[in-house]
Amino acid sequence: MSLEPPRPEETLEHTDDRETLEEILGDHAIGWEDHVNAQGVVIRPDEVQSALRALRDEGGFDHLTCLTAQQYADRYESIYHLTKYDDRSQEVSVVVPTSTDEPVSQSADAVYRTADWHEREAYDLVGIEYEDHPDLRRILLPETWQGHPLGLDYDQDKPQLVSLSEHANPIAEHHHDEERDTMFLNIGPHHPATHGVLHLKTVLDGETVADVEPDIGYLHRCEEQMCQSGTYRHQIMPYPDRWDYVSAGLLNEWSYARAIEDMADIEVPEYAQVIRTMGSELCRIAAHLISIGAFALDVVGDFTVSFQYAWQDREDVLNILEDLTGQRMMFNYFRLGGVVWDLPEPREDFFESIRTFLDSFEGSVDEYHDLLTNNEIFQQRCIDTGHLDPETAKSYGVTGPVARGSGIDYDVRRDDPYGYYEELDWDVAVYDGCDNYARVLVRMQELEESAKIVEQCVDILEDWPEDEREIQSNVPRTLKPDADTEVYRSVEGAKGELGIYIRSDGSDKPARFKIRSPCFSNLQALGEAANGEYVADLIATLGSIDVILGEVDR
Amino acid sequence: MSSHDTYDTTGPRDVASKTQEARMGDVDERFNSRLRELFGSTPFILTKFDAFLNWARSSSMFVLQFGIACCSIEMMGTYMPGHDLDRFGTGVPRASPRQADLLIVPGTIVSKFGPRMKRLYDQMPEPKFVVGMGSCTISGGPFQEGYNVVKGAEEIIPVDIHVPGCPPRPEALIYGIRKLQDRVQHGESAPVTVKPYELEQFGDVERDEVVRELANEIDEETLVMRYNWGDSP
Ligand code: SF4
Repeated sequence: MSLEPPRPEETLEHTDDRETLEEILGDHAIGWEDHVNAQGVVIRPDEVQSALRALRDEGGFDHLTCLTAQQYADRYESIYHLTKYDDRSQEVSVVVPTSTDEPVSQSADAVYRTADWHEREAYDLVGIEYEDHPDLRRILLPETWQGHPLGLDYDQDKPQLVSLSEHANPIAEHHHDEERDTMFLNIGPHHPATHGVLHLKTVLDGETVADVEPDIGYLHRCEEQMCQSGTYRHQIMPYPDRWDYVSAGLLNEWSYARAIEDMADIEVPEYAQVIRTMGSELCRIAAHLISIGAFALDVVGDFTVSFQYAWQDREDVLNILEDLTGQRMMFNYFRLGGVVWDLPEPREDFFESIRTFLDSFEGSVDEYHDLLTNNEIFQQRCIDTGHLDPETAKSYGVTGPVARGSGIDYDVRRDDPYGYYEELDWDVAVYDGCDNYARVLVRMQELEESAKIVEQCVDILEDWPEDEREIQSNVPRTLKPDADTEVYRSVEGAKGELGIYIRSDGSDKPARFKIRSPCFSNLQALGEAANGEYVADLIATLGSIDVILGEVDR
Repeated sequence: MSSHDTYDTTGPRDVASKTQEARMGDVDERFNSRLRELFGSTPFILTKFDAFLNWARSSSMFVLQFGIACCSIEMMGTYMPGHDLDRFGTGVPRASPRQADLLIVPGTIVSKFGPRMKRLYDQMPEPKFVVGMGSCTISGGPFQEGYNVVKGAEEIIPVDIHVPGCPPRPEALIYGIRKLQDRVQHGESAPVTVKPYELEQFGDVERDEVVRELANEIDEETLVMRYNWGDSP
């Protein structure tokens, strides 16, 4: 645990036990379920809003992390995973079943803004309709798509047609008068500033952004379907590497490892935990480096210096990780109950290479501060642009550096500890500027914190007695968790809270595998941060939110 | 120049240098490169027009700045110091398809993106070449079984060189591009069969509201792509 003074929320009352929930929900609760991670409460599909409002206002559950939709033989089900920004360890799952003939359920959009996109996704992929939803259309698949691919009766061989036509100016009518004349501008999906295949439907009033709507789904690679058709033991682990593919692989792998290890009661030896922690933090450094370099590219058009410096440092980290895992970028290094192999031999050389990197890295961080954060032009472009206040951020379920740049003190590594983080000395970086600058400062400080963690791990690993180097616990060859076990677990990825929901049906493959991606929620808040600003600041804001489309679209 | 000078007997070497001098005479010093000196008295190179053009084409390829997925991160790594694709004459990424003649497709192509990629490819001037980077671009890669994933770029545009890997290392991409340059220089092009994308009515697709509306609106300008998942390899 970090050496900060004890946090006040440790004295907060616990509201996630069944008695308190019963009290808060009253008649709304029509049944109870036990999930591995949390108490599950079943409510009626037409009472979603009032139940969630009670949980938010009386229970303090202000963070809708995820919405999982799934189809059973006899019903559809939406599960709202709630937790608290002040205390991540308190959780509750709100289960909303609806019938198969008429899968309609009330929308939670009025309570949590983030439900907007989550419910659109549930409608798109599973086929549940949400009443009172402001804008229920497909989100990941093209609008002409036929059928809902994660539903039970979907025919995957059916031909599909996809058209490409012009987009109309969505607010032309409301704003068209003598003074205001808006222009519709497509940014992307092929554009250097979108960091991948993202399409921003932007409406400009002069230079000012009047409206922006992110259009996603250009990289929807069916990750959930892929994981649902793989076996737990070996076939799923390669996929997490490809969610946030900017070298954050081990962080992603941990999210799956954590969920399944909790679900199937698998122990991880302490030695492996240290290796995992060290590898993950190296990944965080690499991912943040790209993020900062690319952001510099966006705001000062500085392709030559900052970006290439950042790239070069990342390349050094990648070399270390390649030594450790045997691959570049797609590491596939975690195994259930540990890691696949021990540190490379000779160990001294390996530790030496990490130390050499860390030594030079200290200088690099100073250099980035000189080049960027202390640079007047950079500051003028970043300070007070892309404003995102904490209340809005919370309602959009924003996490990671974006939340911490808005002054929200929330980090899964500390608030819901896993791995070896609790034993190490590090701090959570929080800045309350709520602007693009604060978000960069958070990432800069996190680079240093991660370096601190790596250094401590190296010290620990170096002294580890040779005959106690256990890298994997005993895990059955075929893993079959009990039918109807459900778990939702998250870790702190490079972009924020990366969560996995798994439901087992007793076979060796998950019946439902849902990925809660931090970028998905963070990107949703883009409009709030960019509306009313200049279009150039929209580009900067998008860069500072740091989206990776592989993770947004999954 | 008098006739006496023309029949100077100081030997062939001198004649050559004289001619060379004469030729170099009106040229600004700075243009007198080592290459020019080497060509000596021969002010012409004889070659086939095609050979010359293919050499020029292969030595200055302009890549479209095009990132899709994980592979594009490795592609960026190939541009960066360390690998520096530029030194092979292929490292100037252009933001507009109008200025590019090489398309590197780095990543997974899904149904929604397919038509966009096709349009970009169509906007590039001829002659144009395509390098498919990574397993996804070749076949759909790890996502081949996905309901939304196009089983390779070749379903939509012709691909000259396939670079396998997930992702291919920068070295592999450089090798692939060098191979392409080699082919272009020798005037070879890949006979690739492209599955036709079709502009067509909504035929046998089950009609719902959206399809009905689109069927009414569709005009010749709209690019419509049809994915026959069942028939794909
Ligand atoms: S081939 Fe591999 S690395 Fe490349 S885009 Fe596909 S999954 Fe990503």
